[in-house]
Amino acid sequence: MTVDIELELKLRPPEFPQAPYPPKVITLANGKKMVVREVTRADVPQLLKSVHPTLFIERDYYNVVGARVYAELIAWQYYRVQNEYVIVGQVDGLVVGIVNGRMYSPKVGMSLHTLAIDRGLRIGAHLFAAKMEHHIEYLNQDEVLIVAESPIGFRRWMIEYGLIPTNIPHELGGAPSYKLTRELYFKSKPRLVVGDRPVPQELMDVATRELAVADAQAIREKIAGLKGR
Amino acid sequence: MRDVAIIGVGMIPFGRRDQDTLLDMLAYSSMKALDDAGLGDKGVDAVYVGNMGAGILQHQSSVASALVDRLALLPAAAEAVENGPASGGSAVKNGVLAVASGYYDVVLVAGGEKMREVTGWRATDFVATMTHPEVEYPYGITLPGMAGMFTRLYMQKYGVTPEMLVEVAIKNQEMGALNPYAHVEMMITKEGIFESPHSIVNNPPAADPLRLYDACPVSDGAAALVLCPLDMAAHLTKNVPILVAGFGQATDTHTLAERDDPTDLKAVTLAAQQAFERARLKPEDIHVAELHDAFTILEIAESEHVGFFKKGEGGKAVLKGKTRLGGKIPINVSGGLKARGHPVGATGVAQVVDIVWQLRHALPEERQVKGAQNGLTVNFGGFGNNVVCFILKRVEQ
Repeated sequence: MTVDIELELKLRPPEFPQAPYPPKVITLANGKKMVVREVTRADVPQLLKSVHPTLFIERDYYNVVGARVYAELIAWQYYRVQNEYVIVGQVDGLVVGIVNGRMYSPKVGMSLHTLAIDRGLRIGAHLFAAKMEHHIEYLNQDEVLIVAESPIGFRRWMIEYGLIPTNIPHELGGAPSYKLTRELYFKSKPRLVVGDRPVPQELMDVATRELAVADAQAIREKIAGLKGR
Repeated sequence: MRDVAIIGVGMIPFGRRDQDTLLDMLAYSSMKALDDAGLGDKGVDAVYVGNMGAGILQHQSSVASALVDRLALLPAAAEAVENGPASGGSAVKNGVLAVASGYYDVVLVAGGEKMREVTGWRATDFVATMTHPEVEYPYGITLPGMAGMFTRLYMQKYGVTPEMLVEVAIKNQEMGALNPYAHVEMMITKEGIFESPHSIVNNPPAADPLRLYDACPVSDGAAALVLCPLDMAAHLTKNVPILVAGFGQATDTHTLAERDDPTDLKAVTLAAQQAFERARLKPEDIHVAELHDAFTILEIAESEHVGFFKKGEGGKAVLKGKTRLGGKIPINVSGGLKARGHPVGATGVAQVVDIVWQLRHALPEERQVKGAQNGLTVNFGGFGNNVVCFILKRVEQ
């Protein structure tokens, strides 16, 4: 695709300086190690493959979340979102979850989405925690605005963290945002945010070698819980 | 009284079954059981349905009447049996009595529940409706809350440790991972849910000292079986008949606070004693058991109350592997409620179905208790205030 650089500069939102998210490793309930790391725009085409099957899953509003993540990834790839970041969870190289958010301002974060591709292992909970960790500890922000698009999300974020209701419309659909403050984050951290750094080199090598994606049917079955009769 | 045999069984995979109604699930499992029995043109005289929550969760009543019509079994007698989480066991008991009395020859028993239609909070609240409406429920008690308090007392009195509970969870999820009917088909490790500092998120507190993996999931599911007089079994089916050698049922105070010793599950002890007496068997004669492990502590406590182990020895037995497949008394080889799932009205029937499969020697090697002849089930209603126990026996032809 031909890009008109002069015009492109007018289309791209201005960006603030943004610190990277340092990778960590989490032991899951099944004993497997999940590497949690920030990815780059170059990884978007591969990530889209793991999101695409969710577009057609109604259960737990996966279609809503999946479609929005899909669009947000493409928009990020083409520099159409201000200060977005994307963090993934990988087990044996396989993408098991994706979270993203952005800096609304240098001090206020905007949580976008949490998409668990493998289920039943609290991957969503771990990745959401990583996202909050990024906003508060590495981007050094004072608060994060959050909404849930599913009852599961509401239970995980609003209730488990005790988020503070506000009447600030969230940019995802305009629902009133809930707020994670720096104080609330550090109060919740001991029971909700875990992970070891640095990640052992052999695990990082596997994770960075390839963003492996399960086949579409496997993703659908895992999320939709389809079983034989 | 006539001897009663189980000649057909059926189950559908437990889990979250958004695509099915409660009636769909009851019908699928019933058709499997009827097909398994191979009754041909022999009719069904009566149908009993174990269900706890259709009136609350689906705003539906008379599920047994609906089921006989759906299955084209009219004009068979039909009734639903509601007895909390022991509804399934009670339905089986009523079916057994109906055949034993000589009044009916062929009886279908189904149990089912559709709990994932509502959020987890509402499902927990629905189950809590079994608590005392004046002195328990209004104060916010839930079954996990009761189980947490019971666990704390049991730990203090009998030395049960968190490690013992973890071993029950790991064992049952290992077995569930091998069971195609199980809701939870995922293995867990001690490192992941107990030893690692990350386990605080993987296995968070649920009702102290119980944690997430100490509790069964909230499930949809159904199971069914067909009963007939033992002396008719050979004419009706090619299956190995499984004799209902004995059953027992006992109750205890509605409120836990009124019990002399809340750690003493008297109804479990009495129900098991009745069943053993009728079956003329002892705990050491049992080769496989399905116990009501809605919480991991209950598997340990029930294994002691039915007489497999002395009080205080059940947890140690778990650590020594005595309740694993190949151990002294394999418990919850199906994965139990912990992994197979706990659609409350289905559970008591599903336990019997799993034991029937064991006694038929019909399971894959990795799940089969070799040479099992006698099996036991405990279906635990309320918090031990209504318990139904069955002893089944393989009848060699």
